[in-house]
Amino acid sequence: MQKTWNNKAWFLVLPVLLIVALNAVVPLMTVVNYSVQETFGDNLFFFEGTRWFREVLHSDRFHASLGRQFLFTFTILMIEIPLGVIVALSMPKSGVWASVCLVLMALPLLIPWNVVGAMWNIFALPDIGLLGYSLNALGIDYNFTRQPVSAWLTVVMMDVWHWTSLVVLLAYAGLQSIDGAYYQAARIDGASRWSVFRYIQLPKLKHVLIIAFLLRFMDSFMIYTEPFVLTGGGPGNTTTFLSIDLVKAALGEFNLGIAAAMSLIYFLMTLLVCWLFYTLSMKGETQ
Amino acid sequence: MIRTRWFVTIFYILFLMLPIYGLVTMSFKTTNEILGGFSFWPQEFTLDSYIKIFTDSTWYSGYINSITYVLMNTFISVLFALPAAYAFSRYRFLGDKHLFFWLLTNRMAPPAVFALPFLQLYSAMGLFDTHIAVALAHCLFNVPLAVWILEGFMSGVPKEIDETAYIDGYSFPRFFTRIFMPMIASGIGVTAFFCFMFSWVELLLAKTLTSVAAKPIAAVMTRTASTSGYELGLLAAAGVLTIIPGAIVIWFVRNYIAKGFALGRV
Repeated sequence: MQKTWNNKAWFLVLPVLLIVALNAVVPLMTVVNYSVQETFGDNLFFFEGTRWFREVLHSDRFHASLGRQFLFTFTILMIEIPLGVIVALSMPKSGVWASVCLVLMALPLLIPWNVVGAMWNIFALPDIGLLGYSLNALGIDYNFTRQPVSAWLTVVMMDVWHWTSLVVLLAYAGLQSIDGAYYQAARIDGASRWSVFRYIQLPKLKHVLIIAFLLRFMDSFMIYTEPFVLTGGGPGNTTTFLSIDLVKAALGEFNLGIAAAMSLIYFLMTLLVCWLFYTLSMKGETQ
Repeated sequence: MIRTRWFVTIFYILFLMLPIYGLVTMSFKTTNEILGGFSFWPQEFTLDSYIKIFTDSTWYSGYINSITYVLMNTFISVLFALPAAYAFSRYRFLGDKHLFFWLLTNRMAPPAVFALPFLQLYSAMGLFDTHIAVALAHCLFNVPLAVWILEGFMSGVPKEIDETAYIDGYSFPRFFTRIFMPMIASGIGVTAFFCFMFSWVELLLAKTLTSVAAKPIAAVMTRTASTSGYELGLLAAAGVLTIIPGAIVIWFVRNYIAKGFALGRV
């Protein structure tokens, strides 16, 4: 759409600017402040320069939680994106059943995150939960509170359960926007199911899949509540992701400097991905 | 072909429903039965957990608190985002792209980064443990989201409509409320739904900013799970009750939900 140049539009965005700035700028400045100072209580602060940043960047603990974070994000993306597309392709296209599917599939997205954690905790309990009991009855040794592998599997499965529907809904919306004429042309040409997918559906889905990929990347990168409620970051530290580690450092150990420096590094990483997302999705729009 | 398709859909929905089934059945079991071992169906069907929640004020006030700040947040977010989204969809102005990007970054900011500074900020403003504090804090991610979705829906309305209305002598506020808002009513509904959803599911900030008077239901649940023994039945019943508001609002937006998740940009 052709937009007119008008600086008075600033008056329309001013309320948003103010309310978001209150929530974003003031706390961010507080974090910056902490990240360069040392405190011994009583509101006494001493300037420390870049000490906390160097400490965080060289700490094994940060590297470990960052590594776990990347592994987790990579795993769930590899599962959720293809699964979401497959489900969207096999869903009914319209009618009552499509609505029923949409509502049922959207349900996990609207459950408070700690309830998701609690629900999976109950579901996976080895002796009394449905999943844990069934797996053990099948002869698989499964106990997510003790075995790191089981804990990982449970966290990944929980995230797949929780968020694959987001990919399904996005892909479904993308598929709905494809003009029926494309399919007719493909049928006349005698195109196979695969080539319909490869040359008609996939290109049309590209834009929504970029949105899905990056939303899932960023949201899984800041995951906190669900694994915290499910495993508490354990057993040991095996499911301690970045946010869990951060909250532990800030509110648990009250290591303000370290936590603030970690926050900023963390924030810069999400900012970078966000910039990528923005450029890519805007590029998709101008096309 | 048709068969395999149905198989995939049904299998996926089954996978989604199983944990919910586990939760619902557990909420009707007695504590003894739960701890006694696994059963697929409640042996002694009981409503005790639900009765406890509806009669104990610490429990049901948790629900009232959550609903209160979620509705406040939804109202504030949509109200603030409407004019801004209009500006972004219709005009170019100094720094518009940077501003849009900056808004977006706040949607992506990890709440864990902000938890402690938020606590200090809202304590300093004297708003700690009030509903409005949580409602304002959730604006951090909901206002950008609302601007984003609304902008997508507004861009679908041809600009000629605005121009015709101005020529007909409509002032901007009158045009916006009488003509434009009814035209994007479904977009506003979807936006409100998303604000509701993200405010409803968020816990970290809501828990950090409250202690007693505005404590959300989710935080009440965490406390129960840890301090007053291991009352799984009660926990499960409370969980079931938190699913219900979501299920109700989904039904209203079912036809627009897919478009909304694509941020109005498909």
